[in-house]
Amino acid sequence: MYTQALNITDKIRTAEDPADLARFQSRIDADDRIEPNDWMPAAYRRTLTRQISQHAHSEIVGQLPEGAWLTRAPSLRRKAALLAKVQDECGHGLYLYAAAETLGTSREALVDALLEGKAKYSSIFNYPTLTWADIGAVGWLVDGAAIMNQIPLCRCSYGPYARAMIRVCKEESFHQRQGYEIMLTLCAGTLEQKAMAQDALDRWWWPCLMMFGPPDGESQHSDQSTLWKIKRFSNDELRQKFVDATIPQAQKLGLTIPDPALVQDADGHWRYGAIDWEEFRQILAGNGPCNRERLATRRRSHEDGAWVREAAAAFAAKRAARQQAA
Amino acid sequence: MPTPDTTLWEVFIRSRNGLAHKHVGSLHAADATMALQAARDVYTRRGEGLSVWVVPSNAITASDPADKGMMFEPAESKIYRHPTFYDVPDDVGHM
Ligand SMILES: [Fe+2]
Ligand SMILES: [Fe+2]
Repeated sequence: MYTQALNITDKIRTAEDPADLARFQSRIDADDRIEPNDWMPAAYRRTLTRQISQHAHSEIVGQLPEGAWLTRAPSLRRKAALLAKVQDECGHGLYLYAAAETLGTSREALVDALLEGKAKYSSIFNYPTLTWADIGAVGWLVDGAAIMNQIPLCRCSYGPYARAMIRVCKEESFHQRQGYEIMLTLCAGTLEQKAMAQDALDRWWWPCLMMFGPPDGESQHSDQSTLWKIKRFSNDELRQKFVDATIPQAQKLGLTIPDPALVQDADGHWRYGAIDWEEFRQILAGNGPCNRERLATRRRSHEDGAWVREAAAAFAAKRAARQQAA
Repeated sequence: MPTPDTTLWEVFIRSRNGLAHKHVGSLHAADATMALQAARDVYTRRGEGLSVWVVPSNAITASDPADKGMMFEPAESKIYRHPTFYDVPDDVGHM
Protein backbone atom coordinates (compact mmCIF):
# COMPACT_ATOMS: atom_id res chain seq x y z
CA MET A 1 0.00 0.00 0.00
CA TYR A 2 1.28 3.53 0.62
CA THR A 3 3.50 1.73 3.07
CA GLN A 4 3.95 -1.44 1.07
CA ALA A 5 7.63 -2.15 1.53
CA LEU A 6 7.56 -0.67 4.93
CA ASN A 7 5.54 -3.04 6.95
CA ILE A 8 8.71 -5.06 7.18
CA THR A 9 9.54 -5.48 10.82
CA ASP A 10 13.08 -4.98 11.91
CA LYS A 11 14.88 -8.21 12.66
CA ILE A 12 17.65 -6.59 14.68
CA ARG A 13 16.92 -6.81 18.38
CA THR A 14 18.76 -4.77 20.95
CA ALA A 15 18.85 -6.00 24.51
CA GLU A 16 15.61 -4.92 26.11
CA ASP A 17 14.27 -5.74 29.53
CA PRO A 18 11.74 -8.61 29.14
CA ALA A 19 9.61 -6.97 31.85
CA ASP A 20 9.43 -3.75 29.78
CA LEU A 21 8.55 -5.73 26.67
CA ALA A 22 5.81 -7.64 28.49
CA ARG A 23 4.35 -4.43 29.94
CA PHE A 24 4.41 -2.85 26.49
CA GLN A 25 2.67 -5.82 24.87
CA SER A 26 0.01 -5.94 27.57
CA ARG A 27 -0.77 -2.25 26.93
CA ILE A 28 -1.14 -3.05 23.22
CA ASP A 29 -3.32 -6.08 23.99
CA ALA A 30 -5.56 -3.88 26.15
CA ASP A 31 -6.00 -1.53 23.15
CA ASP A 32 -4.14 1.23 24.96
CA ARG A 33 -2.54 3.79 22.63
CA ILE A 34 1.19 4.38 22.68
CA GLU A 35 2.22 8.04 22.83
CA PRO A 36 5.55 9.63 21.83
CA ASN A 37 7.25 9.77 25.24
CA ASP A 38 6.14 6.29 26.34
CA TRP A 39 8.65 3.46 26.53
CA MET A 40 8.56 1.37 23.35
CA PRO A 41 10.75 -1.39 21.88
CA ALA A 42 13.40 -0.05 19.51
CA ALA A 43 12.02 -2.26 16.73
CA TYR A 44 8.52 -0.79 17.18
CA ARG A 45 10.00 2.69 16.86
CA ARG A 46 12.03 1.76 13.76
CA THR A 47 9.14 -0.06 12.10
CA LEU A 48 6.80 2.87 12.60
CA THR A 49 9.35 5.51 11.61
CA ARG A 50 9.86 3.66 8.35
CA GLN A 51 6.17 2.99 7.74
CA ILE A 52 4.92 6.50 8.55
CA SER A 53 7.69 8.25 6.62
CA GLN A 54 7.13 5.99 3.60
CA HIS A 55 3.46 6.85 3.81
CA ALA A 56 4.39 10.57 3.93
CA HIS A 57 6.72 10.24 0.93
CA SER A 58 3.89 8.53 -0.99
CA GLU A 59 1.55 11.45 -0.35
CA ILE A 60 4.19 13.94 -1.48
CA VAL A 61 5.30 12.05 -4.61
CA GLY A 62 1.63 11.25 -5.21
CA GLN A 63 1.02 14.90 -6.05
CA LEU A 64 3.06 14.57 -9.24
CA PRO A 65 0.93 12.33 -11.50
CA GLU A 66 -2.16 14.48 -10.88
CA GLY A 67 -0.27 17.76 -10.75
CA ALA A 68 0.67 17.09 -14.37
CA TRP A 69 -2.99 17.69 -15.36
CA LEU A 70 -3.68 20.85 -13.36
CA THR A 71 -3.08 23.14 -16.30
CA ARG A 72 -4.99 20.88 -18.70
CA ALA A 73 -8.17 20.18 -16.72
CA PRO A 74 -11.17 20.42 -19.07
CA SER A 75 -13.16 22.96 -17.04
CA LEU A 76 -12.74 25.41 -14.18
CA ARG A 77 -14.82 23.10 -11.95
CA ARG A 78 -12.50 20.17 -12.62
CA LYS A 79 -9.44 22.34 -12.19
CA ALA A 80 -10.57 23.72 -8.82
CA ALA A 81 -11.38 20.19 -7.59
CA LEU A 82 -8.07 18.75 -8.78
CA LEU A 83 -6.11 21.61 -7.27
CA ALA A 84 -7.89 21.07 -3.94
CA LYS A 85 -7.15 17.34 -4.10
CA VAL A 86 -3.46 17.85 -4.84
CA GLN A 87 -3.25 20.38 -1.97
CA ASP A 88 -4.84 17.78 0.32
CA GLU A 89 -2.21 15.21 -0.66
CA CYS A 90 0.48 17.71 0.29
CA GLY A 91 -1.32 18.23 3.60
CA HIS A 92 -1.46 14.46 4.15
CA GLY A 93 2.29 14.28 3.63
CA LEU A 94 2.81 17.02 6.21
CA TYR A 95 0.54 15.44 8.86
CA LEU A 96 2.41 12.18 8.38
CA TYR A 97 5.90 13.67 8.52
CA ALA A 98 4.88 15.37 11.77
CA ALA A 99 3.67 12.02 13.15
CA ALA A 100 6.91 10.30 12.11
CA GLU A 101 9.01 12.99 13.76
CA THR A 102 7.42 12.29 17.14
CA LEU A 103 9.41 9.02 17.05
CA GLY A 104 12.65 10.97 17.14
CA THR A 105 13.87 11.37 13.55
CA SER A 106 14.02 14.92 12.20
CA ARG A 107 11.94 16.11 9.23
CA GLU A 108 15.15 17.01 7.43
CA ALA A 109 16.54 13.49 7.81
CA LEU A 110 13.29 11.97 6.55
CA VAL A 111 13.14 14.25 3.50
CA ASP A 112 16.81 13.74 2.74
CA ALA A 113 16.30 9.95 2.79
CA LEU A 114 13.66 10.30 0.07
CA LEU A 115 15.76 12.67 -2.03
CA GLU A 116 18.82 10.43 -1.74
CA GLY A 117 16.74 7.49 -2.99
CA LYS A 118 17.17 5.58 0.30
CA ALA A 119 13.48 5.67 1.25
CA LYS A 120 10.63 4.08 -0.64
CA TYR A 121 7.23 5.39 -1.63
CA SER A 122 4.20 3.62 -3.09
CA SER A 123 4.82 1.80 -6.39
CA ILE A 124 1.63 3.26 -7.87
CA PHE A 125 3.09 6.74 -8.34
CA ASN A 126 5.68 5.46 -10.78
CA TYR A 127 3.05 5.09 -13.51
CA PRO A 128 2.32 7.98 -15.89
CA THR A 129 -1.02 9.79 -16.24
CA LEU A 130 -1.37 9.73 -20.03
CA THR A 131 -4.90 11.09 -20.56
CA TRP A 132 -7.53 13.07 -18.66
CA ALA A 133 -9.32 9.80 -17.94
CA ASP A 134 -6.31 8.78 -15.84
CA ILE A 135 -7.23 11.56 -13.41
CA GLY A 136 -10.64 9.93 -13.05
CA ALA A 137 -9.10 6.48 -12.64
CA VAL A 138 -6.54 7.67 -10.08
CA GLY A 139 -9.18 9.32 -7.89
CA TRP A 140 -11.53 6.39 -8.17
CA LEU A 141 -9.05 3.51 -7.88
CA VAL A 142 -5.83 4.78 -6.30
CA ASP A 143 -7.60 6.84 -3.66
CA GLY A 144 -10.15 4.04 -3.28
CA ALA A 145 -7.36 1.57 -2.54
CA ALA A 146 -5.70 4.06 -0.21
CA ILE A 147 -8.94 4.44 1.77
CA MET A 148 -9.20 0.65 2.21
CA ASN A 149 -5.73 0.68 3.71
CA GLN A 150 -6.04 3.84 5.75
CA ILE A 151 -9.35 3.20 7.54
CA PRO A 152 -7.92 0.39 9.72
CA LEU A 153 -4.84 2.57 10.39
CA CYS A 154 -7.13 5.01 12.23
CA ARG A 155 -7.03 2.38 15.02
CA CYS A 156 -3.25 1.86 14.87
CA SER A 157 -1.64 1.45 18.30
CA TYR A 158 0.59 4.51 17.83
CA GLY A 159 -1.47 7.58 18.78
CA PRO A 160 0.04 10.24 16.49
CA TYR A 161 -0.23 7.94 13.43
CA ALA A 162 -3.84 7.03 14.23
CA ARG A 163 -4.77 10.70 14.69
CA ALA A 164 -3.12 11.69 11.40
CA MET A 165 -5.02 8.90 9.65
CA ILE A 166 -8.34 10.14 11.01
CA ARG A 167 -7.72 13.56 9.47
CA VAL A 168 -6.57 11.95 6.21
CA CYS A 169 -9.58 9.64 5.96
CA LYS A 170 -12.01 12.53 6.43
CA GLU A 171 -10.47 14.20 3.38
CA GLU A 172 -10.06 11.15 1.16
CA SER A 173 -13.70 10.48 0.37
CA PHE A 174 -13.93 13.66 -1.70
CA HIS A 175 -10.90 12.45 -3.66
CA GLN A 176 -12.52 9.19 -4.62
CA ARG A 177 -15.88 10.76 -5.43
CA GLN A 178 -14.40 13.45 -7.70
CA GLY A 179 -12.49 10.72 -9.57
CA TYR A 180 -15.56 8.55 -9.97
CA GLU A 181 -17.55 11.55 -11.18
CA ILE A 182 -14.95 12.14 -13.91
CA MET A 183 -15.33 8.48 -14.96
CA LEU A 184 -19.14 8.75 -14.94
CA THR A 185 -19.01 11.83 -17.15
CA LEU A 186 -16.63 10.20 -19.64
CA CYS A 187 -18.69 7.01 -19.73
CA ALA A 188 -21.84 9.01 -20.51
CA GLY A 189 -20.01 10.91 -23.24
CA THR A 190 -18.94 10.11 -26.79
CA LEU A 191 -17.61 6.70 -27.83
CA GLU A 192 -14.10 8.16 -27.79
CA GLN A 193 -14.56 9.43 -24.24
CA LYS A 194 -15.83 6.09 -23.02
CA ALA A 195 -12.94 4.34 -24.76
CA MET A 196 -10.60 6.71 -22.97
CA ALA A 197 -12.15 5.74 -19.63
CA GLN A 198 -11.80 2.03 -20.47
CA ASP A 199 -8.18 2.51 -21.48
CA ALA A 200 -7.44 4.23 -18.15
CA LEU A 201 -9.08 1.37 -16.23
CA ASP A 202 -7.10 -1.16 -18.29
CA ARG A 203 -3.81 0.48 -17.35
CA TRP A 204 -4.55 1.27 -13.66
CA TRP A 205 -6.38 -1.88 -12.53
CA TRP A 206 -3.46 -4.22 -11.98
CA PRO A 207 -1.07 -1.62 -10.52
CA CYS A 208 -3.86 -0.75 -8.03
CA LEU A 209 -4.10 -4.38 -6.91
CA MET A 210 -0.33 -4.34 -6.39
CA MET A 211 -0.67 -1.34 -4.05
CA PHE A 212 -1.69 -3.72 -1.25
CA GLY A 213 1.73 -5.36 -1.35
CA PRO A 214 2.89 -8.96 -1.85
CA PRO A 215 0.51 -11.89 -1.22
CA ASP A 216 0.26 -13.06 2.38
CA GLY A 217 2.14 -16.31 1.70
CA GLU A 218 5.19 -14.37 0.47
CA SER A 219 5.35 -11.45 2.82
CA GLN A 220 7.94 -12.12 5.47
CA HIS A 221 6.62 -9.22 7.56
CA SER A 222 3.33 -8.32 9.16
CA ASP A 223 3.29 -10.95 11.93
CA GLN A 224 5.01 -8.61 14.34
CA SER A 225 3.10 -5.61 12.95
CA THR A 226 -0.15 -7.45 13.62
CA LEU A 227 0.94 -8.30 17.15
CA TRP A 228 1.74 -4.63 17.73
CA LYS A 229 -1.64 -3.61 16.24
CA ILE A 230 -0.01 -1.48 13.58
CA LYS A 231 -1.53 -3.69 10.92
CA ARG A 232 -5.09 -4.93 11.41
CA PHE A 233 -5.72 -6.75 8.11
CA SER A 234 -3.40 -8.72 5.84
CA ASN A 235 -2.46 -7.55 2.34
CA ASP A 236 -4.72 -10.14 0.71
CA GLU A 237 -7.66 -9.31 2.98
CA LEU A 238 -7.46 -5.64 2.06
CA ARG A 239 -6.99 -6.44 -1.64
CA GLN A 240 -10.10 -8.63 -1.56
CA LYS A 241 -12.16 -5.88 0.13
CA PHE A 242 -11.02 -3.47 -2.59
CA VAL A 243 -11.90 -5.84 -5.44
CA ASP A 244 -15.33 -6.61 -3.96
CA ALA A 245 -16.09 -2.91 -3.48
CA THR A 246 -14.82 -1.79 -6.88
CA ILE A 247 -16.38 -4.28 -9.30
CA PRO A 248 -19.98 -3.08 -8.84
CA GLN A 249 -18.72 0.48 -9.35
CA ALA A 250 -17.10 -0.54 -12.65
CA GLN A 251 -20.31 -2.27 -13.70
CA LYS A 252 -22.25 0.89 -12.99
CA LEU A 253 -19.88 2.73 -15.34
CA GLY A 254 -20.37 0.07 -18.01
CA LEU A 255 -16.63 -0.63 -18.03
CA THR A 256 -14.90 -4.00 -18.20
CA ILE A 257 -12.30 -5.01 -15.59
CA PRO A 258 -9.25 -6.17 -17.59
CA ASP A 259 -9.19 -9.63 -16.00
CA PRO A 260 -10.70 -12.53 -17.96
CA ALA A 261 -10.32 -14.81 -14.91
CA LEU A 262 -12.64 -12.71 -12.76
CA VAL A 263 -15.53 -14.74 -11.28
CA GLN A 264 -17.91 -14.24 -8.41
CA ASP A 265 -17.98 -16.96 -5.76
CA ALA A 266 -21.16 -18.31 -4.22
CA ASP A 267 -20.25 -16.29 -1.10
CA GLY A 268 -20.29 -13.07 -3.15
CA HIS A 269 -16.52 -12.49 -3.22
CA TRP A 270 -14.83 -11.86 -6.55
CA ARG A 271 -11.91 -14.14 -7.44
CA TYR A 272 -9.32 -12.37 -9.55
CA GLY A 273 -6.58 -13.64 -11.86
CA ALA A 274 -2.84 -13.83 -11.23
CA ILE A 275 -1.03 -10.58 -10.46
CA ASP A 276 2.26 -9.93 -12.28
CA TRP A 277 4.53 -9.67 -9.23
CA GLU A 278 7.60 -9.33 -11.39
CA GLU A 279 6.30 -5.94 -12.57
CA PHE A 280 5.84 -4.95 -8.91
CA ARG A 281 9.39 -6.03 -8.00
CA GLN A 282 10.81 -4.08 -10.95
CA ILE A 283 9.04 -0.91 -9.83
CA LEU A 284 10.21 -1.29 -6.23
CA ALA A 285 13.73 -1.79 -7.60
CA GLY A 286 13.48 1.58 -9.34
CA ASN A 287 12.74 0.38 -12.86
CA GLY A 288 9.17 1.56 -13.32
CA PRO A 289 8.12 3.90 -16.14
CA CYS A 290 8.46 7.06 -14.01
CA ASN A 291 10.76 6.23 -11.05
CA ARG A 292 13.65 8.35 -12.28
CA GLU A 293 11.45 11.24 -13.29
CA ARG A 294 9.58 11.34 -9.97
CA LEU A 295 12.75 11.47 -7.91
CA ALA A 296 14.36 14.01 -10.25
CA THR A 297 11.28 16.23 -9.94
CA ARG A 298 11.31 16.06 -6.13
CA ARG A 299 15.03 16.88 -6.07
CA ARG A 300 14.65 19.81 -8.42
CA SER A 301 11.76 21.17 -6.40
CA HIS A 302 13.77 20.85 -3.17
CA GLU A 303 16.78 22.60 -4.71
CA ASP A 304 14.65 25.34 -6.27
CA GLY A 305 13.15 26.02 -2.85
CA ALA A 306 16.51 26.23 -1.06
CA TRP A 307 16.74 30.03 -1.39
CA VAL A 308 13.32 30.42 0.23
CA ARG A 309 14.34 28.33 3.24
CA GLU A 310 17.62 30.25 3.51
CA ALA A 311 15.92 33.63 3.23
CA ALA A 312 13.30 32.71 5.85
CA ALA A 313 16.00 31.49 8.25
CA ALA A 314 18.11 34.65 7.68
CA PHE A 315 15.09 36.90 8.26
CA ALA A 316 14.13 35.06 11.45
CA ALA A 317 17.71 35.29 12.73
CA LYS A 318 17.90 39.03 11.93
CA ARG A 319 14.65 39.74 13.74
CA ALA A 320 15.67 37.67 16.75
CA ALA A 321 18.97 39.58 16.94
CA ARG A 322 17.15 42.94 16.75
CA GLN A 323 14.78 41.93 19.49
CA GLN A 324 17.70 40.97 21.70
CA ALA A 325 19.46 44.30 21.05
CA ALA A 326 16.32 46.33 21.84
CA MET B 1 23.43 18.60 0.98
CA PRO B 2 21.50 18.05 4.22
CA THR B 3 18.71 20.52 4.91
CA PRO B 4 19.27 22.83 7.89
CA ASP B 5 16.86 22.28 10.79
CA THR B 6 13.80 24.54 10.86
CA THR B 7 11.94 25.26 14.13
CA LEU B 8 9.11 22.88 15.09
CA TRP B 9 5.80 24.43 16.20
CA GLU B 10 2.74 22.89 17.83
CA VAL B 11 -0.58 24.02 16.36
CA PHE B 12 -3.78 24.61 18.36
CA ILE B 13 -7.12 25.49 16.77
CA ARG B 14 -10.35 26.85 18.20
CA SER B 15 -13.04 25.31 16.02
CA ARG B 16 -15.91 27.44 17.35
CA ASN B 17 -16.27 30.33 19.72
CA GLY B 18 -17.04 28.90 23.12
CA LEU B 19 -14.63 25.97 22.67
CA ALA B 20 -11.03 25.77 23.83
CA HIS B 21 -8.10 25.69 21.44
CA LYS B 22 -7.23 22.06 20.76
CA HIS B 23 -3.92 20.56 19.69
CA VAL B 24 -4.15 19.43 16.06
CA GLY B 25 -0.57 18.67 15.09
CA SER B 26 2.76 20.29 14.37
CA LEU B 27 4.71 21.90 11.55
CA HIS B 28 8.06 23.49 10.74
CA ALA B 29 8.53 27.20 10.07
CA ALA B 30 11.34 29.72 10.41
CA ASP B 31 9.32 32.19 12.49
CA ALA B 32 5.93 32.74 14.12
CA THR B 33 4.41 34.63 11.18
CA MET B 34 5.28 31.85 8.76
CA ALA B 35 4.14 29.23 11.27
CA LEU B 36 0.70 30.86 11.46
CA GLN B 37 0.40 31.00 7.67
CA ALA B 38 1.49 27.38 7.32
CA ALA B 39 -0.95 26.31 10.07
CA ARG B 40 -3.77 28.02 8.15
CA ASP B 41 -2.82 26.10 4.98
CA VAL B 42 -2.12 22.72 6.57
CA TYR B 43 -4.80 22.48 9.25
CA THR B 44 -7.76 24.67 8.19
CA ARG B 45 -8.56 23.91 4.55
CA ARG B 46 -12.20 23.13 5.34
CA GLY B 47 -13.25 25.75 7.82
CA GLU B 48 -11.89 23.79 10.80
CA GLY B 49 -11.12 26.90 12.81
CA LEU B 50 -11.75 30.49 13.83
CA SER B 51 -8.51 30.99 15.69
CA VAL B 52 -5.03 29.46 15.56
CA TRP B 53 -2.23 29.37 18.14
CA VAL B 54 1.29 28.31 17.26
CA VAL B 55 3.78 27.53 20.04
CA PRO B 56 7.44 26.57 19.60
CA SER B 57 7.57 22.89 20.58
CA ASN B 58 10.59 23.42 22.77
CA ALA B 59 8.65 25.98 24.85
CA ILE B 60 6.36 23.23 26.14
CA THR B 61 7.24 21.52 29.42
CA ALA B 62 5.65 18.09 29.54
CA SER B 63 5.23 15.61 32.36
CA ASP B 64 7.20 12.40 32.04
CA PRO B 65 5.00 9.32 31.39
CA ALA B 66 7.29 7.44 33.81
CA ASP B 67 6.03 9.77 36.58
CA LYS B 68 2.42 8.95 35.81
CA GLY B 69 1.92 7.17 39.13
CA MET B 70 3.44 9.92 41.24
CA MET B 71 1.54 12.60 39.31
CA PHE B 72 -1.93 11.16 39.03
CA GLU B 73 -2.40 8.31 41.49
CA PRO B 74 -3.08 10.60 44.48
CA ALA B 75 -6.30 11.71 42.79
CA GLU B 76 -7.53 8.14 42.32
CA SER B 77 -8.10 7.42 46.02
CA LYS B 78 -10.04 10.62 46.64
CA ILE B 79 -13.46 9.44 45.68
CA TYR B 80 -15.01 12.03 48.05
CA ARG B 81 -14.15 14.62 45.35
CA HIS B 82 -16.99 13.23 43.26
CA PRO B 83 -20.68 14.07 43.80
CA THR B 84 -21.72 10.40 43.78
CA PHE B 85 -19.80 9.89 47.05
CA TYR B 86 -22.55 11.68 48.99
CA ASP B 87 -25.90 10.16 49.94
CA VAL B 88 -28.85 12.46 49.39
CA PRO B 89 -32.39 11.03 49.54
CA ASP B 90 -34.17 10.76 46.20
CA ASP B 91 -37.08 12.90 47.32
CA VAL B 92 -34.76 15.89 47.69
CA GLY B 93 -34.83 16.02 43.90
CA HIS B 94 -32.02 16.84 41.49
CA MET B 95 -28.92 18.25 43.19
FE1 LIG C 1 -3.74 11.24 0.56
FE1 LIG D 1 -6.16 11.19 -1.76
